Amino acid sequence: MTEFLRTPPKQSATFSNDQNAEIRRAAATGIYDIRGGGSKRKLPHFDDLLFLGASISRYPLEGYREKCATDVWLGTRHAKQPIHLDIPVTIAGMSFGSLSGPAKEALGRGASEAGTSTTTGDGGMTEEERGHSRTLVYQVLPSRYGMNPDDLRRADAIEVVVGQGAKPGGGGMLLGQKISDRVAEMRNLPKGIDQRSACRHPDWTGPDDLEIKILEIREITDWQKPIYVKVGGARPYYDTALAVKAGADVVVVDGMQGGTAATQDVFIEHVGQPTLACIPQAVKALQDLGLHREVQLIVSGGIRSGADVAKALALGADAVAIGTAALVALGDNDPSLEAEYRRLGTTAGAYDDWHEGRDPAGITTQDPELFGRFDPVLGGRRLKNYLRVMTLEAQTIARACGKSHLHNLEPEDLCALTIEAAAMAGVPLAGTSWIPGRGAAPY
Amino acid sequence: MLHATANRLDAESVQTFDLAARGLRALNETLHALKGQPTNQTVWEIVNTKGAHAIAVGLDAPLDVTVRGTTGYYCGGMNKQATIRIDGSAGPGVAENMMSGTVIVEGDASQYAGATGRGGLLVIKGNASSRCGISMKGIDIVVHGSIGHMSAFMAQSGNLVVLGDAGDSLGDSLYEARLFVRGSVKSLGADCVEKEMRPEHHALLEDLLRRGLAEGKADPSQFRRYGSARRLYTFHVDNASSY
Amino acid sequence: MCGIVGLFLKDARLEPHLGEMLADMLITMTDRGPDSAGIAIYGRGQAGRGKLTVQSADPEADFAGLDRDLRAEVGGHVGLEVKDTHAVIEVEADRLAAAREAVRALRPGLKVMSAGEGIEIYKEVGLPRDVAARFEIARMAGTHGIGHTRMATESAVTTAGAHPFSTGADQCLVHNGSLSNHNAVRRGLRRAGMRFETENDTEVAAAYLSHRMEEGAGLGEAMEGTLRDLDGFFTFVVGTRNGFGVVRDPIACKPAVMAETDQYVAFGSEYRAMVGLPGIEAARVWEPEPATVYFWER
Repeated sequence: MTEFLRTPPKQSATFSNDQNAEIRRAAATGIYDIRGGGSKRKLPHFDDLLFLGASISRYPLEGYREKCATDVWLGTRHAKQPIHLDIPVTIAGMSFGSLSGPAKEALGRGASEAGTSTTTGDGGMTEEERGHSRTLVYQVLPSRYGMNPDDLRRADAIEVVVGQGAKPGGGGMLLGQKISDRVAEMRNLPKGIDQRSACRHPDWTGPDDLEIKILEIREITDWQKPIYVKVGGARPYYDTALAVKAGADVVVVDGMQGGTAATQDVFIEHVGQPTLACIPQAVKALQDLGLHREVQLIVSGGIRSGADVAKALALGADAVAIGTAALVALGDNDPSLEAEYRRLGTTAGAYDDWHEGRDPAGITTQDPELFGRFDPVLGGRRLKNYLRVMTLEAQTIARACGKSHLHNLEPEDLCALTIEAAAMAGVPLAGTSWIPGRGAAPY
Repeated sequence: MLHATANRLDAESVQTFDLAARGLRALNETLHALKGQPTNQTVWEIVNTKGAHAIAVGLDAPLDVTVRGTTGYYCGGMNKQATIRIDGSAGPGVAENMMSGTVIVEGDASQYAGATGRGGLLVIKGNASSRCGISMKGIDIVVHGSIGHMSAFMAQSGNLVVLGDAGDSLGDSLYEARLFVRGSVKSLGADCVEKEMRPEHHALLEDLLRRGLAEGKADPSQFRRYGSARRLYTFHVDNASSY
Repeated sequence: MCGIVGLFLKDARLEPHLGEMLADMLITMTDRGPDSAGIAIYGRGQAGRGKLTVQSADPEADFAGLDRDLRAEVGGHVGLEVKDTHAVIEVEADRLAAAREAVRALRPGLKVMSAGEGIEIYKEVGLPRDVAARFEIARMAGTHGIGHTRMATESAVTTAGAHPFSTGADQCLVHNGSLSNHNAVRRGLRRAGMRFETENDTEVAAAYLSHRMEEGAGLGEAMEGTLRDLDGFFTFVVGTRNGFGVVRDPIACKPAVMAETDQYVAFGSEYRAMVGLPGIEAARVWEPEPATVYFWER
């Protein structure tokens, strides 16, 4: 009888099993949790938006027959050679070092076949990616690993990286396990040591200096190449406006779902704004300067499908960039490798210790045995297929909304399922004309 | 002005470029066009600089360029092969990310001199300000005067020689760059320590002083060497206070 | 995020040329701050006389008959010199505070840019060259002055958001950088009775110094306090009736150059701002050390 009356055991929501495990881990090891990827918590996202298709008040386009264009020009403001891509989905910057050489090659192959660009990362430009990328964006990062003028000149565009959505205000991190001979040589560093890249650039701070830095890069490349500025989605209204004032041709805003090779979990989960919230702020900044569509906006952080692409474009982006999704397309976290993920103490779909360099998929590793398993030709084909599907999906939605070009999607084509998403995206809650927060003071 | 330059000026025809009249874009395009070209236009003089930014950046030819007057940010940035003399003082980031060649500053240099430089030689005859040689990756820097705070921050490789004094936090988070300072060091940054001067360092320093136009100004025996203690190379919880 | 220039004259013979030199310095810094520009000029002033510099969005209506209306309100001799959107009101020094209150009541649209015996502040949205020309800065004489070109970061591009900020008699401050704890400091200063016109981080720094000096601190001591109480990135250049000061934060990565000769002390965000000054070739030129207060007083 007394047994029957006992209160059943109750877990604390505050001190959950996950939280307690993390406390015990910290107490045992004395170091914060480092991992790869982006925010894993549930955030208001594109899933909370829906498109209003056409029926009688608007007329849809016929799928397969009536054209819905997908191309995009980037860098039309100042560059003598702006970039023209067939699709508005680009591959985000991921370093050689964090990724293996064959993985970089596969990204180049897949993107080129799909008619889009790839991006270098915090480790310099490799032959694998230059050789296999029709359009390659070369990043200028605080670490300046591998930075050299020849690569600046053989890039198709240059991206000055100020921040990343996973860690706005933080620098790069590549732990010793992944510093192979080749990575070490490219970065001018001893093999096997931890690399904590700086969070600020070594030779400029702030928008007034950035303007001069951009001038220098333009002069070195004779004003040929578009110059992008990438910021982590933290204060996107101001950061977009200042990037434009400093002379950017393209602004890249990476929301907090955006991934990283390795950083502190506390950083990934507690700094920045969801991608959904970042877009309207960045668009507003461009509109306030009278430069929306003249300075292009690329949005990244949690883009997974053609629906996400269409929604980002409808909110005002000119293109999107994918990182994590591209790695999944290549084979990262594939359930076929479950037995090996188990041996690493994790499971397919949850593997995020990319910094440890033991990736059984051969993607986030510098171990020749592991990356030797990865076939860059097959990987490239998978990425191309995935990019094509995303594009077809986005076109399907755009046609249903009566658009002959993806860029003609607009916020008024959307409604929101939740009050949070309605407020963040600046679109009405479904079934109402209510946009929470509309009329409040601007950013 | 250098005697060597004067002799060369006599011997070859000097191309004079008036920056105020013709503009920055024309200057850099003209100098870039000489890459890989057989030319006798190898000696250049740039006048009317008025502190402009990005003068003679991205050169990639064995040119001899003299910049008359003071420069703004990033003069000689990403230089390859060329010898660039600044007959005045240099603004922030002089010779940033230089690959090869030589940049000589007759006056003082502002902050970030030689930042992330990967090769070549930067000579500063006056003083350098803060963050001299920040994140350097193989460049040699010889400063005849003193350097400011946070110099050689995260310096990876190459040599920094200072005939005068160093400011606060010299060599903070240093990797494998070698630092030689003749005068006082206000303070050392995290993980930077004094190291023994062995015969090979004397020989190296002698060569750097000679190439850095400081031969006879200082003797290798007067210098102390600083380098990385390598305690921060892999994270250890007991070093956490250094981060 | 901006360009700063400053000039403190030691040689009285240069005083007729102060405005001309400062305007040239300011225009050179246009690239660093094309949004707005401002300048504070300290004149010799006249014994027993005080000045208010006021700004109006509707100068024709606001300035018409203002001297007459003020005379009726505060008495004594009232001078009025209109310069474009700004006007300098001159009153008996002991009636300055009363005049300020009267202006507020008589012309609610006016903004007081500065008050004091020597200081005049002119600032507007627009390119530095145009701002300097509108107010005929080049024709002004004075003992010292500070100018600023602004690239706005988080606060609005408005006249009120332009620098210099003046929060006390004959005081002004300009800033390059970005403060990270200004909201908390502003709340504290509000509790202590300071009034704020904008949400700008720089106004907080100006008010902080004014407050410390009201409490009895000297210029140098008040500036030392910024190193303890203000967080973020800053280079401040500060003017008082007789003084001129400079301080950079401990990280000190925003650019700053100083030059000193027997005739003057000059400040520039970049050296090129100072290349036109007389005798600059022979000046002692240096970059101010981090967390170090420099000040000169007459």
